[in-house]
Amino acid sequence: MQHDDVIWDLIGNKQFCSYKVKTKSQNFCRNEYNVTGLCNRSSCPLANSQYATIREEKGQCFLYMKVIERAAFPAKMWEKVKLSKNYEKALEQIDENLIYWPRFIRHKCKQRFTKITQYLIRMRKLVLKRQRKLVPLSRKVEQREKRKEEKALIAAQLDNAIEKELLERLKQGTYGDIYNFPVHAFDRALEQQDEEEESESEGEEEEEEEEEEDDEDVGKREFVAEEDVEESDLSDFEDMNKLKTSSDEEEEEDEEEVSSEEEEEEEEEMEVETKASRSKGKSPANGSAARKKRAYVEIEYEQETEPASKSRTT
Amino acid sequence: MDIKEVPVTQTDSKGKKKKNKKTKKKTAEDAESSGVEQKEEKMEKSESAEAAFPPTFSVSEIKNKQRRHLMFMKLKQEKRKQKMQLKKKKKKEREALGDKAPPKEVPKTIENQRVYDETIVDPEDEEVAFDEGTDEFSAYFNGLTNPKVLITTSDRPRGRTVRFCEQLATVIPNAHVYYRRGLALKRVIPQCVARNFTYLMVINEDRKIPNGMVLCHLPDGPTAHFKISSVRLRKELKRRGKDPTEHSPEVILNNFSTRLGHSIGRLLAALFPQDPQFVGRQVATFHNQRDFIFFRFHRYIFKNEKKVGIQELGPRFTLKLRSLQKGTFDSKFGEYEWVLKRHEMDACRRKFQL
Repeated sequence: MQHDDVIWDLIGNKQFCSYKVKTKSQNFCRNEYNVTGLCNRSSCPLANSQYATIREEKGQCFLYMKVIERAAFPAKMWEKVKLSKNYEKALEQIDENLIYWPRFIRHKCKQRFTKITQYLIRMRKLVLKRQRKLVPLSRKVEQREKRKEEKALIAAQLDNAIEKELLERLKQGTYGDIYNFPVHAFDRALEQQDEEEESESEGEEEEEEEEEEDDEDVGKREFVAEEDVEESDLSDFEDMNKLKTSSDEEEEEDEEEVSSEEEEEEEEEMEVETKASRSKGKSPANGSAARKKRAYVEIEYEQETEPASKSRTT
Repeated sequence: MDIKEVPVTQTDSKGKKKKNKKTKKKTAEDAESSGVEQKEEKMEKSESAEAAFPPTFSVSEIKNKQRRHLMFMKLKQEKRKQKMQLKKKKKKEREALGDKAPPKEVPKTIENQRVYDETIVDPEDEEVAFDEGTDEFSAYFNGLTNPKVLITTSDRPRGRTVRFCEQLATVIPNAHVYYRRGLALKRVIPQCVARNFTYLMVINEDRKIPNGMVLCHLPDGPTAHFKISSVRLRKELKRRGKDPTEHSPEVILNNFSTRLGHSIGRLLAALFPQDPQFVGRQVATFHNQRDFIFFRFHRYIFKNEKKVGIQELGPRFTLKLRSLQKGTFDSKFGEYEWVLKRHEMDACRRKFQL
């Protein structure tokens, strides 16, 4: 005999039910034939001999019914009815099969059926949309690639390669006439920068240049970096600043040379000179002309300003 | 334990020695009389020769981990010492000979030892020249089209990716960044073509960092899928310059030697306009080394004709080609020209594809 009340009395409250999941606020039922999913007296499929559910298999919904007459045949206990794919027709089918059944079960079955159809529709929509494909990464392989990349980076020597390529392009003349480096065979043969400075000074008055250079170096403070790269970068900055303001400096000097000379101007002149001697700047024509003039004038005042320059830098 | 060691140590009769450790070695004699062990061994220690390893001996045969480790370290030290001695000898010989010394040997590098790839392009190859004259980039290289790049991301990009895209847009002239609102790429592509875009670049994101790039040349050009690694945004670069200006940069492509490398090189070069503005003094470099493409963006200045200074602006990242597909982006039905196969890569260390 089926004693629903006794069964519920036991599994509901007093003793253990393996389908029951307890949380702080509510109890859930994990039985797959449960209509609502909660653990209640009216929703428990074990404690109700007349019960019905909706279950879904591969997109198809079925109505399962259990009656007390078949309680003795567990293999044939659940009667399975296939519901139509049309929503309204399926609802009518449910009504028709569960006629004369308690209101609660009918209502809950229809609710469950609605929910199931909704999620099936959503599934079908999602498949049409873009799907994210997850590609598993093997950690070993990723680590290996990372190491290879680091080694390749070291082997690449990027800065050197880029500089070489740029110099190649300069030699081949892809830049046209933008940079006025005098490309003489004589210059090409010389490899060291000292020799280049000498060739520059040959074009002008040697003695003055040498004297000035010597005296320039005496008081001048120069910051030297450890690595070549830094040096080039730093001097880059200086160069770029100077190049931008070089035209201004030259203008000032030209004006002030005529009037009188002060310490500051000479400082600037010396700076411009060092820059010019270091790099064949963008406008050597102007520079050399100005330099020639300035060189001639400077000889007179050089000794006077020497100590002044020292004090300035300190 | 002792009994088990017998077959091992019989072959090593000449002796491995441990100076400060108890050795449970047995000589051939002792093996037969199994009872007597440690005392005799200690006596044997002082008698037997020092570290002469017989040819059949290998460190891996010692079962005890600690001892094996110590023996291995010793072996290494020995080898190192021999190497140093050899070096010293060679150096002496070289100095003694002076000018007549044989030229220094070139050290072997992976690039030197690279396995010969038959697809390495000969600069005068006519077939290659013909192919390149008629492929999808010929229009660009003949000056007919100007590049226009659309940069976008995968869904819901995080801050880092967004900033990376913005910086890329400053580096590549005529580039536009668009927010991806969950659109399918296949639908985006016809719209791009209609608006005269030449390139579609999609930066894929995973765990808040960009890690992949799909570069699609638009009027049905090839699609390349890259893996991005080590992205450095502008503010993470040390000693960097100011922001890049609007001038078109020059492009440097290094080491793209095979046919595949050539097509990738052209693909990357066509991102930038054909005539660079030298006034800007900016250069974008794609350097291929061992199948990793390093991207750098610099500003250069010629100090004199022998020296150039470069200053890094702009983001830097590394690309690794994963697949090259003919036609626009179509992962299911597209025809793949080349796909990275993991095992092929690992088989030979000196074999590269690009």
